[in-house]
This record gives sequence, C-alpha cells and structure tokens, in this order.
Amino acid sequence: MAGLELLSDQGYRVDGRRAGELRKIQARMGVFAQADGSAYIEQGNTKALAVVYGPHEIRGSRARALPDRALVNCQYSSATFSTGERKRRPHGDRKSCEMGLQLRQTFEAAILTKLHPRSQIDIYVQVLQADGGTYAACVNAATLAVLDAGIPMRDFVCACSAGFVDGTALADLSHVEEAAGGPQLALALLPAAGQIALLEMDARLHEDHLERVLEAAAQAARDVHTLLDHVVRQHVREASILLGD
Amino acid sequence: MAMEMRLPVARKPLSESLGRESKKHLVVPGDTITTDTGFMRGHGTYMGEEKLIASVAGSVERVNKLICVKALKTRYNGEVGDIVVGRITERRRSAEDELAMRGFLQEGDLISAEVQAVFSDGAVSLHTRSLKYGKLGQGVLVQVSPSLVKRQKTHFHDLPCGASVILGNNGFIWIYPTPEHKEEDAGGFTANLEPVSLADREVISRLRNCIVSLVTQRMMLYDTSILYCYEASLPHQIKDILKPEIMEEIVMETRQRLLEQEG
Repeated sequence: MAGLELLSDQGYRVDGRRAGELRKIQARMGVFAQADGSAYIEQGNTKALAVVYGPHEIRGSRARALPDRALVNCQYSSATFSTGERKRRPHGDRKSCEMGLQLRQTFEAAILTKLHPRSQIDIYVQVLQADGGTYAACVNAATLAVLDAGIPMRDFVCACSAGFVDGTALADLSHVEEAAGGPQLALALLPAAGQIALLEMDARLHEDHLERVLEAAAQAARDVHTLLDHVVRQHVREASILLGD
Repeated sequence: MAMEMRLPVARKPLSESLGRESKKHLVVPGDTITTDTGFMRGHGTYMGEEKLIASVAGSVERVNKLICVKALKTRYNGEVGDIVVGRITERRRSAEDELAMRGFLQEGDLISAEVQAVFSDGAVSLHTRSLKYGKLGQGVLVQVSPSLVKRQKTHFHDLPCGASVILGNNGFIWIYPTPEHKEEDAGGFTANLEPVSLADREVISRLRNCIVSLVTQRMMLYDTSILYCYEASLPHQIKDILKPEIMEEIVMETRQRLLEQEG
C-alpha cells in the first residue's frame, strides 16, 4: 500500500509508539456536580465525557420496568466538532444507536442490576474529539462515571482497540491507523476475572491471527485498568480525607 | 450591575492542605476484601468464588461479622425512621383519597415526613403522622448529596442565629425562619405565608451559602458544623461566601473549631 507506513522496519508506528504501547491517558471523576456520576477521559487525542443518572424510577412507560432488575439505558452522541470535518449528526442515526446498544450490552454485563429492581440507570456518553478508539474511550469514561455514582458493579470495565498490520498486532489504534482500512477489533474486559464483556470486529481477519490480536487487546485493556484503578483510588483517598475519619 | 469574572485556575487537591492520610481501608470494585468466609456480606460487596469482592469504590466498614463498603456518593436509600423533605409530584387517584387529601396536601407541595416502611425493591412509604411533619411554608431548599448528611437523633434544629433547619436524610435541606410561637411549628396542613422580615431573610441566605460551601469542601452536615460555619462567615458579606478563597477559609476555620471541640 503506497503512502503511509503504519509500522516502520524498526517497529515504530506513525505517532512514534511501539506496537503494544497505549496512548497517554488522563481521566477525572466527578466533573459535574448536578449529575449522580460523571467522568472525563482523554486517550491521546480522543476525548470523551460520560454522565450517569440513577438508579431512579423508570421514565416514560411503566410497562418497560423489569420486575427483577434495573434497566440500563445508554446513549452515545458525537459532537459536531469532534472529527476533522464538521458534521451535523442527528440524534437517532445508525451509528449512535449501534454504539448505544453496544454500550448497553457492555454495562449490563458489569453492573449488578439485580440490586435495583424496577428502576432505570441512564448512561450518556459524548465524544468531544474523535481520534480513534472512540468505543474504548466511551467505555472507560462510562466505567468511571458509574463508579462515581456509587452504582454497584462487578468490576471495572476496561476497553481498548487493536489492529493487525504486517503480521504484528497493534494496540490502541489512532484515527490514522483506523482509516488505513485494516482489521480492527474492540474489546471490553472485566480485568479481575479476565472475562470479556464485549468483543466486536467487523472486518476480515484470518483466524490464525485472531489469537494474537485478541491477546494484544486484552493486555492493553489490562494496562488501561492499571491507570483507571490509580485514578479511582486517588479520588477515593482525597474524598475520604476531606470527610474525616 | 456589578459583575465579577475570573480566569480558570489550576485546582490543587483539597486534601493537600489538610496534610493527613486516611486511616481507612479503601477499595475499588473488583478488589478482594477478604477470603475468610466467616463474614456476612453487607452493602457494596458481593460473593465471588470463595472470596468477598467490593462492588463500589469507597471505604470498608466492619461491624463484628458484617462487612460492608460505604460508597463515597450514592443516591438516597431509605431506612425506617429517616426524616425526608420532598415535593409531592404525583398522587394516587382513587376516589376516597381525593376526598380526604385534597383539602390538605396537593401536588406541588413541599413536605417533611418520616419513613414508615421500606419495600423490597427500595421504595419507601412515608407518613406525616405527627404535627411536626407536613406542609412546609416559606423558606429555602438546598439539595445536597445524601451521603453528606450526618445521622443524628434529631434532624429538626433551631439554630441560635435566628433560623431553623430541617436536615433531610435524602439530602434535601430546608431552612426557614424560626416561628415565634411554639404551636406554629413548620408542618401541619396550612402553610404560613406571612411576609418574612429582612433580617430573617439575611440569616437564611447566609445559612444557605454556608451549607453550599460545606458541601463543596465535602464536609459532613450537622447542626454544629453548620453553626460554626455560620459564625466563621460573619465577617464576610453574604455574597462573598461563595467565592473559592473565602469558602476555603471559612471551612478551614470550621474544621479547626470542630477538631478543638472534639479533642
């Protein structure tokens, strides 16, 4: 393929990272006082904001209430200025709905919904700047926001994307690498038990390579977990000091 | 009209200025609390493969054989005997209910009540059976996180500064002028709509700003802390209390006084 070389001979990617290296992650919890839980995350240049409300009474039709567990409602939206070209995205469009559905599946696996029957938990995620790995950034931001809201979860949900170029698996793809057209995989993991919450790929990849790409994504997700764990502990420690013993 | 503008400033972590470490056992979801199966599991934990795992981020509390994790910030969970303050949003529409209650409490009224029972799905049943509960008249409502309201023997306080306060366990705090006569307590079924004097209104506004500062600095709310904060704020103008530097100063002074009082 002419033009861009995604992986150089010495093993460096377009932005100077190694194959399994993550981008710089910065996160903060408790960004909004009004919402029950909120968080902001930056993964390289990808910026995502997540807000959680709940658990509260079901809005709209009472018939949708599940008698034994909580309903998880996720909405994804992408700001008009998030991509290189300003694009107006109507709220109910296909990509947003699909992302919302994927986020819902991910969080239904992690949140202990049986503890809040007949109620609803709303998770709203907005991408402010999209530079690849938007699903992963959304999941990571939403995990922090759910933790901030005090909603019980089985474990953190940490996500990362992975790709495959020249026989090497790359972790945490940026927009340039995604746009190059190779296979990309998104993985959401519950790190403590090593269980997969969601695995998504819609490209062609030979099954011999799947193992390696999956392992790269899993390792990257575990690295993300280390970082998020640190952020949450810092936040809890600070709040605990302020509240006094 | 006078305006004040500020540029963004890097926030330094509040706990640094306190300079002490937390003595509690802090956990995040997925952490193993203990592998000893002799313990009973309380809120904030779940059992997974022979070990007790935390499900929220917070501090571990152990009472004899019960282990639970108290989350930093949660939605209100009702318990029997709690006092709550709230607004009526919807009522049962049965015929006798209409006849009986229409004269007393209507939709949109602000009331104080006590939790009578808690259902298995978390819903609570409230009652206003004594005259100290019921409709609230004139005053100011402040909404804070329920985890910041300290559990005490009584939640109705008449502060010596000239106003009274109801600290709802659900995080709704009602500040109102102290009624002159004891029979006219807040509550009952008629709201007192007489005009409130300027002096009383100033006291109430100052109290409201003090409560907001305590909450921003994450301090527990109870009658003593609110009173000390009020006294610490007296040298400042009411509208200045919300400025970040003054807020820090006042709350720091409140913390000092509370520490001295305990120790």
